[in-house]
Amino acid sequence: MPARVLLVDDEKGFVDTMAKRLENRGYTVGVAYDGPQALDALDKGDIFFDVVVLDVKMPGMDGNEALKRIKAAHPLVEVIMLTGHATVESAIEGMKSGAFDYLMKPCDLESLTAKIGEAQGRKEAHENKILEARARHIVLRRGD
Amino acid sequence: MPAGQTVRGAPNAEWSGFMSDAHYYQGLAKSMMFTIILVSFAPLLVVVLIAGYQYSVAYEEKVEAHLRELVLKHDQTIDSYLDEKMAEIRVLAKVIDLGRLATPEGIRALHDALTLGHGTDFVDLGLIDEHGIQVAYSGPFRLQGLDYSREPWFKAVREKTVHVSDVGLGMRGVPHFIIALRMRAEGREWVLRSTLDFIAFNRLVEDIRIGETGMAYIVNREGEFQTTPRRDMTAEAPFLRELARSLTGSADQVHGRAAMAVMDNPATGRETIFVTSPIKGGDWLMVYQQDTADAFATLNRSRDLAIGILFLGGLAITVMAFLMSRRMARKVERADAAKEILNEQVIEAGKLASVGELAAGIAHEINNPVAIMVEEAGWIQDLLEEGLSRDDNEREVQRALNQIRTQGGRCKEITHKLLSFARKIDPTVMSFDLNELVREIAELSGQRAKYANVVIETSLGDNIAPIEASPSEMQQVFLNLVNNAIDAMDPGGGDLDIITRQEGDTVLALVSDTGSGIPEANLSRIFDPFFTTKPVGKGTGLGLSIIYGIINKLGGTITVDSAVGRGTTFTISLPAGKNGGGDAPDGAGTPEA
Repeated sequence: MPARVLLVDDEKGFVDTMAKRLENRGYTVGVAYDGPQALDALDKGDIFFDVVVLDVKMPGMDGNEALKRIKAAHPLVEVIMLTGHATVESAIEGMKSGAFDYLMKPCDLESLTAKIGEAQGRKEAHENKILEARARHIVLRRGD
Repeated sequence: MPAGQTVRGAPNAEWSGFMSDAHYYQGLAKSMMFTIILVSFAPLLVVVLIAGYQYSVAYEEKVEAHLRELVLKHDQTIDSYLDEKMAEIRVLAKVIDLGRLATPEGIRALHDALTLGHGTDFVDLGLIDEHGIQVAYSGPFRLQGLDYSREPWFKAVREKTVHVSDVGLGMRGVPHFIIALRMRAEGREWVLRSTLDFIAFNRLVEDIRIGETGMAYIVNREGEFQTTPRRDMTAEAPFLRELARSLTGSADQVHGRAAMAVMDNPATGRETIFVTSPIKGGDWLMVYQQDTADAFATLNRSRDLAIGILFLGGLAITVMAFLMSRRMARKVERADAAKEILNEQVIEAGKLASVGELAAGIAHEINNPVAIMVEEAGWIQDLLEEGLSRDDNEREVQRALNQIRTQGGRCKEITHKLLSFARKIDPTVMSFDLNELVREIAELSGQRAKYANVVIETSLGDNIAPIEASPSEMQQVFLNLVNNAIDAMDPGGGDLDIITRQEGDTVLALVSDTGSGIPEANLSRIFDPFFTTKPVGKGTGLGLSIIYGIINKLGGTITVDSAVGRGTTFTISLPAGKNGGGDAPDGAGTPEA
């Protein structure tokens, strides 16, 4: 099942076009044009997003700030940082605070979908581990 | 506008570029020369003065002591000579039978014995009875039977036992002096008289000769010469009489001490040293006189030498100081010129660095439209794969192409702005509208400001006179100020206001932010080159110093008004151009947007 992706960037044209292309490839895509919108979408939206593609440089709340809040509220959601060349340092900084990886703008769709796939895989692995742990917990409790 | 410290950019000599003033270097050379002369000459002068004074005092004391000693020694010699002669006569008178002495043979025998023992000191010998008649005589003259009763020495010897007369011509017209001895025998009084060789006696005193003018002589209380002086001294006789009289009465004239006096000799008109000592129980006065100049000839030579050395040394020092200071001033001038060139290079480097920073920022801005174009192109590709006939794919492709065109235009705009800044900074001064420039800068910095949450507001005065400046340099000034302001408000953002207005003959431009403000300690240094509070690699510290240089060159001023936590306002005031306000903006040299 293709991942559910949330695209966050202040460049509306970029986000919208990319959303259309991803949707065309079967992904479930949500868009947000700044940090607070992205957090809202994750909190109250009707889709449970697997992967967030997050622009580093945004007016208002910047990418790193948004990343920290996303990781705090939704630890399992994987975040891919999207950066212009000048902010590679801050993208790497973002990885230190828990981003999955970073991509340079402009990027081609293939590498983005590949990254999204990897991120989704990791998220599923994490979820499976949690499920297993829960199952073991239940089994152990029954064994008492 | 935040209240706070206002610091006028201190006129920094290195930056003002007015150092190459010939007067400045002349003044520098002059002050260096005077310092060198003063420092080298003062110790020399002090040493010469102190050492010279000490030396002259010591030398004078020594000369004085030497002269006193000399006079005293001769004084004693003469006294002992006279005493000896008197003692001899006395002894003879005691041992020889007066009856026999009265005979010509007896007196000749005694005279022969004296001559044998004392050479020719005793010229003659005579025996005189109480009436003053010479009854016996032995000697080279025929003086037998002469009457001495009226002679002063004969009168004197009647009162004392022994008398030594002054030197006089006597009865025979030859200078001599007489020792007379009163004797008593067979109830009668006799006087034994001997003439002493004046030449032998004179030699004792004449031998004292020092230098050109130093000489000794003996005078009696009346100032009459008892010895023959070296030269004719008749002119000095009245003066000497006065001297003898004054000195004999003074308390200094204790036996065994020589008195010294320095006075003008009326005869020669020169300053003369007189050393006097009483001899013969105070009857005579031994005088040694020497011209001061002669006595202190060595001292004067040393003084002349010292003055000569001082003069030559002073001359050498002055010449050296002159040459050295000129050479040093030239070196300073050359170093200053080299520094100026270096400064220009540094400023140029700073300009390049700021253009580099700008380029990095703008390249990043270009990434966004490029990313959109890449996405749109990919979308068109996706649609083409589906086929244009499906749904409204054709319209979608049209929209995507339009978007690509729009984004391409955005790129073009950005690159043009960049180009206008990356052009070699053109220092050509021309008349242009400041408001136009401010508008451009605000637009150019808009993107960066947006990401930094900074709101740029411009409040541009109407009818502002065009300013005479280099547009590209002024762009640099405002770009730097705006970038600094945005940095100062990072993180968190704030308001950046750019205000222009005209006040009389000056055009004012204020760039104020609501950022962190500048600590008071840094306020006076912000215009210094390489002063920066930004971390290494983030700023060159040249921005404000370059701005200062540019504004200063235009005859304007830049001031800063800042308070920590409340923000900073930079105020640039520039002289208004000649063709008053209201003219259409020139626009030359500004980028076409």
